[in-house]
Amino acid sequence: MKTITPEKIAELEEIARHLRMDSLTLINRRGAGHPGGALSAAEIMTALYFHVLRIDPENPVWEQRDRFILSKGHASAVLYSALSRRGFFSFSELDHWGEVDCPHQGHPDRLKTPGVEMTSGILGHGVALGTGLALAARLKKLAYQTYVLLGDGECQAGIVWEGAVTAAKYHLSNLTTIVDYNNVQLDGPVHEVMPLEPLADKWSSFGWHVVEVNGHSVRQVVEALELAREIHDQPTVILAHTTKGKGVSFMENQSYWHGNVPNNEQLSKALAELEEVANG
Amino acid sequence: MAELSMREAYGRALAELGAVNPQVVALDVDTSSSTFSNFFAQRFPERFFNIGIAEPCMVDVAAGLALGGLVPFINGFASLLALRALEQIRTCVCYARTNVKIAASYAGLSDFKDGATHYSITDLANMRVLPGLTVIIPADAAEAAAWVPLVAEYNGPVYLRISRAGAIPVHLVGSPLQVGKGRILRAGRDLTLVATGAMVGRCMFAAEQLATQGINARLLEIHTLKPLDGDLLLEAAEETGAMVTAEEHNIIGGLGSAVAEVLSEGCPVPLERVGIRDRFCPTGRDPDQLMDTCGLSVADVITAAQRVLERN
Repeated sequence: MKTITPEKIAELEEIARHLRMDSLTLINRRGAGHPGGALSAAEIMTALYFHVLRIDPENPVWEQRDRFILSKGHASAVLYSALSRRGFFSFSELDHWGEVDCPHQGHPDRLKTPGVEMTSGILGHGVALGTGLALAARLKKLAYQTYVLLGDGECQAGIVWEGAVTAAKYHLSNLTTIVDYNNVQLDGPVHEVMPLEPLADKWSSFGWHVVEVNGHSVRQVVEALELAREIHDQPTVILAHTTKGKGVSFMENQSYWHGNVPNNEQLSKALAELEEVANG
Repeated sequence: MAELSMREAYGRALAELGAVNPQVVALDVDTSSSTFSNFFAQRFPERFFNIGIAEPCMVDVAAGLALGGLVPFINGFASLLALRALEQIRTCVCYARTNVKIAASYAGLSDFKDGATHYSITDLANMRVLPGLTVIIPADAAEAAAWVPLVAEYNGPVYLRISRAGAIPVHLVGSPLQVGKGRILRAGRDLTLVATGAMVGRCMFAAEQLATQGINARLLEIHTLKPLDGDLLLEAAEETGAMVTAEEHNIIGGLGSAVAEVLSEGCPVPLERVGIRDRFCPTGRDPDQLMDTCGLSVADVITAAQRVLERN
């Protein structure tokens, strides 16, 4: 396993901060979107798109590329922020996000946005889809890895577990799932809406190698993703413990900010807090 | 009936396709000995995936395989694919336009001994409303086999409706099949019978009996419910002035509804629809007897033809 330098960590942390600011700006401008789960996933998305994924923005359909599926498709703002910053398209293309002539949809659409591997929005599909992609890699003798990002509330959907047993049956070590475990869903705390604990035990008993990390530690996320490549007979799930709305004090841990839009004043306050992080 | 069942013809054709096209993979949901995807599984075990009793998961895994460049045929019971896995088919196959081939077996009333839970009399309605999905209904065993390589070559998702049973043979091996193009199986100018699936053979018998009464019925086979061959239907409506549809499906939402939509906008002639009259059907002794008692007999087609001519 490669070690990651402090300089690289600082660089990735800076990117994560920008993904947060870009996501909130996009959601404010569109007047729609899901800030809480975009902010909680910023380090995960940064680790993937700026360190781990072998991808080529010049050739989004390169056959050998690693695959990433944003199963929690409502966090599209952070995906679009990452893809544009990574060079798949310019950020200005998102100026008209939400208007009918803008190709980039409210939820990711693989046919319309370069770099989006799979259309998503309805929760629950990612693990089974990723299982198919990982099986295809095996059949085609391609070395790509498949990564799936789930929300924690999403794990309430039965099809997640249908996919989980299937990936385990076929020993898909080329499949890694990350759960953005931010503890909050649309109607309230996950443990009130429908408890998931013991979640690590559930995944483990379904045949997955389980790693638990602080999902806001770039180092821990990167190391877990790299460790997953060393597991050779089963799929890996990374339970990334995160904070919904991370980085913006008034959004943190509030289910209200699952799908509500910051107005201009709230956006300014949020961006100022995120700027402070950079200066402090 | 002694003829080969549609499902067995399909299963053998799928295995043959696997031999010539290494991109083809097959999935099933613990029904491979029923759908006959087991012929493929036995010859190509590394390209066969048994997902267990989880149709929605099978659809998503197949979508992933298609994203990875393979051509997955998913196999299961039509009632479960079209209902339990409907959301997956809509989102991950149709909207995402993944190249998944849905081989929906045990369609219509063909699983005569298992009853209404297993019958699939709503699948055509469920599938027809999904943008981007091509819906194909073979009329007999030979036609089911003939569609398999064509469906594999076709670029885009396809719903291929397969009966558990046999059907009256109407397809001449080697005669051309084209997606979206209906076929005139019998010439006639007095009225048009429009049939799909197992009702094509029954309508052929009906047309022969009508001929003995001096009524010359044209017979159209609509194997592609979507995209529907509207030109062929309108031409027939204009030339014969009356139409009867026949399908092994609920009277709501399937072929009869699709034809009514075309006629009402393009050439409104009298139309009678033969189908299951919006009810759950009982178990039976054999599929033919069951179809006869559920409003799908040759006599039902003849009665509908006489009725539509009286209205004309």
